[in-house]
Amino acid sequence: MFMPNKLEADVLIIGSGLAGLRAAIEAASVDNSIQVVVLTKVHAMRSHSVAYAGGTAAVLYPEEGDSFDLHAFDTVKGSDYLGDQDAIELMVRIAPQEILRLEHWGMPWSRRPDGRIAQRPFGGHSFDRACFAADKTGLYVMQTLYNTTHKYDNIEIFHEWYVTSLLVEDGEFKGVTAIDMKNGEFYAFEAKAGIIATGGAGRLYSFTTYGHSATADGLAMAYRAGIPLKDMEFIQFHPTGLVPQGILISEAARGEGGYLRNNKGERFMKDYAPQKMELAPRDIVSRAMMKEILEGRGFPGPNGLDYVHLDLTHLAEEVIDEKLTEIKMIAIKFGGIDPTKEPIPVRPVAHYTMGGIHTDVYGRTDIRGLFAAGEAACVSVHGANRLGCNSTMECLVYGYLTGKQAAEYVKEKSKSDPSSELILTEERRIFDGILRGGNGEDPYLIKKELQNTMSKYAYVFRDGEGLSEALKRVRELRQRFGTGRVMDKSREFNQNLINVLEIDMMLDVAEVVLVSAIARTESRGAHYRLDYPKRDDVNWLKHTLAYKTVDGPRLEYIPVRITKWPPAERKY
Amino acid sequence: MSVDKEIEVRFKIFRFNPKIEFAPSWQEYKVKVNRSTTVLDALLKIKEEQDPTLAIRYSCRQAVCGSCGMMINDKQMLACFTRVLELGSDVIKVAPLKNYRIIKDLVTDFNELFQKEKQVKPYIIRHDLEELLSPTGTYKQTEDELLRYIQFADCIECGMCNSACPVSATDPLYLGPMILNRAYRFISDPRDLGFEQRLKVIDSEHGCWRCHFAASCSAVCPKGVDPAKAIQLLRRALVKKAILGISSSKKVELIPMEHIKGKLELPRGWR
Ligand SMILES: Cc1cc2nc3c(=O)[nH]c(=O)nc-3n(C[C@H](O)[C@H](O)[C@H](O)COP(=O)(O)OP(=O)(O)OC[C@H]3O[C@@H](n4cnc5c(N)ncnc54)[C@H](O)[C@@H]3O)c2cc1C
Ligand code: SF4
Ligand code: SF4
Ligand code: FES
Repeated sequence: MFMPNKLEADVLIIGSGLAGLRAAIEAASVDNSIQVVVLTKVHAMRSHSVAYAGGTAAVLYPEEGDSFDLHAFDTVKGSDYLGDQDAIELMVRIAPQEILRLEHWGMPWSRRPDGRIAQRPFGGHSFDRACFAADKTGLYVMQTLYNTTHKYDNIEIFHEWYVTSLLVEDGEFKGVTAIDMKNGEFYAFEAKAGIIATGGAGRLYSFTTYGHSATADGLAMAYRAGIPLKDMEFIQFHPTGLVPQGILISEAARGEGGYLRNNKGERFMKDYAPQKMELAPRDIVSRAMMKEILEGRGFPGPNGLDYVHLDLTHLAEEVIDEKLTEIKMIAIKFGGIDPTKEPIPVRPVAHYTMGGIHTDVYGRTDIRGLFAAGEAACVSVHGANRLGCNSTMECLVYGYLTGKQAAEYVKEKSKSDPSSELILTEERRIFDGILRGGNGEDPYLIKKELQNTMSKYAYVFRDGEGLSEALKRVRELRQRFGTGRVMDKSREFNQNLINVLEIDMMLDVAEVVLVSAIARTESRGAHYRLDYPKRDDVNWLKHTLAYKTVDGPRLEYIPVRITKWPPAERKY
Repeated sequence: MSVDKEIEVRFKIFRFNPKIEFAPSWQEYKVKVNRSTTVLDALLKIKEEQDPTLAIRYSCRQAVCGSCGMMINDKQMLACFTRVLELGSDVIKVAPLKNYRIIKDLVTDFNELFQKEKQVKPYIIRHDLEELLSPTGTYKQTEDELLRYIQFADCIECGMCNSACPVSATDPLYLGPMILNRAYRFISDPRDLGFEQRLKVIDSEHGCWRCHFAASCSAVCPKGVDPAKAIQLLRRALVKKAILGISSSKKVELIPMEHIKGKLELPRGWR
């Protein structure tokens, strides 16, 4: 008889980004008898969260004019009124505590001259409330959280363990299956409660600010386990990704006076936002850039990555050297371009997944014992468009909330016992079906085509026809992918196998994005339909829920929760 | 702009799966690159288009996650932070980081290193435990105080310094520059009161006295951290303690913040 390797935990967390690590610390500090396990497919601090630079929003100085209501309203407005207002109010209230906890745990927040935490302005926020640490906020926050986990003997981190599925029976979470990448061993990890903190889906696109690990695994696993994915049509595109890598060139470049120019050398923003020019909101700038490119006023780029110029050459060299150090470094090291002499090639870039695993206000999913937090989750606090600095705030707040609840939940919960049947099926799928068996076309080619399809049809501009074409193609890709084909047959660090499992997950999630986007016949926030260019509150002030069925996603809708702020036009 | 202009270069890559092979081998690949192609881009291109069995560790591709340290033309470098053409050679030699056990090809085992990190208690140690979990304000920290430790906090744990260190090469128990730097990062933070608790490990025979200051470690650091300097400062702190008996008594002011209080009722269990 098949006896799988088994391990146990009380609270099991998938993912070691901001949300996962924060949840681990909270769960462990509730009671030191609670065994907390973190599984992460990269070394813990190699998670995508290390890359963020801008900052984390929170109300720190109400005596100077900021307030929870103001922060909540900015967020609601930014979300194009699709955010749930009760959740937003809860989040902004907890946010300051999280900033201070980090501060107490060693975070080197940049400071005011008087030694208190400094804050700076950020797009869409009506008060300077972005807490930051030089230009490396993400690295420092990740370090602070990762280091703090070492304080707790009841936290154990399993680096480079790849979770393949959730074990869910009778509407209850019972654990996960996972592969220890270093030796390829397959494990069933039994747990009383689980938290999915696997981050966003940015790698559905070829041109993205996300690191390579953002392949939407957690979303796909939840979806397969019967949990709906919410609002997946909303994907944020940042205006300035460096061509060809997609590395983010931050807003600071335009803030300090950088120009966007087309191939005629014109500052084309004058035709789109004559007042704000380059500093108009992200979605407006992104659409303007794409219009220029589509109408032939861009520059031809590699692999269809046509671009416009971000021109800093007119700025004083001191400005670039002193205020835009990071951008200069990125341009030189990654683009091979000296920005004081040459313009930087940029185009809009996939930057954030507003949608995700459907949870309630507190981060609970429909499955007993299972929570989701961070970018993987959709509470929804960002609605149709998230504001800068609000995402990492969500990670911290919901890491805290779900960690605490999970710990309380397991206190009264008996050991869970997933059936061997469930585990065995997954073991066979991977090792007999894919590793030893396995059919289908070259998976990397499938991935490339998937990313190209999404980039072409589900990008800044969308329309019904294009999205339907994309859906047709993605379904063909699914056929051509087969079970997934693996060339590397060894057990040790078989990345080829992991990549195939990831691409399998991406195919599922891409289908959900497209089906949800086809159905939403309006334009709201990041979802812009050329064939339905107006927001339609009468029919579409509601969240999309996509459930997995054998015939593809089935859509349902639930209302947006409104507490204080009735929908109004979003004007800046 | 000539982003599109491509030239072909040769890569000589170290291949080894110690579980099933007796000895490593070198394998050659040809790959087209342009001026923005990084070594990591090229390796991934090889993996995706020519040889999916090649194992590489990578994540952020923008020099912040510390995954992709490797020997590139015999030097410790981040693959994602090195453009192929910048190397100026026709054949590019890529091998796993020295001083680590090899898991497969370019992927090395960091577990031992991470275990060592735990020994130096890499977190803020304080006695006001309640305040640490339920803050009522912020500890004051001036720009000057921040500057005392921030450089050492820039470490991305790529482990390249350990790979370049001659002492780490011969004494596997030596804590090494990455870990000692981490220890000093906390010791030099005005909020931390844990100097005494870290003493035993840092002052041990595999601690900071083993270092002989050639600073090979600092020379390869991609983030300008200067772990050799951290070690020097650590020693100075130890000497000071030996002579004066006590370490400096740090005091940190707590600036209260009224608006953050408030009780939160969370639901229990499921509906
Ligand atoms: C360039 C950039 C700049 C940004 N700047 C800002 C900013 O200034 N302010 C802001 O608020 N937000 C910013 N964001 C967004 C923000 O950084 C992210 O939303 C946030 O870091 C996500 O954190 P997370 O904890 O949800 O997930 P991540 O940090 O993405 O972590 C995901 C974790 O899940 C693990 N994982 C995934 N799949 C599996 C699996 N199958 N098995 C095991 N483990 C798995 C991974 O190993 C990883 O540990 C930025 C994003 C980018 C790309
Ligand atoms: S000190 Fe520098 S070289 Fe050493 S691990 Fe840290 S970043 Fe890497
Ligand atoms: S200075 Fe010390 S730690 Fe750095 S390489 Fe030399 S011996 Fe190693
Ligand atoms: S991939 Fe993150 S440092 Fe190179």
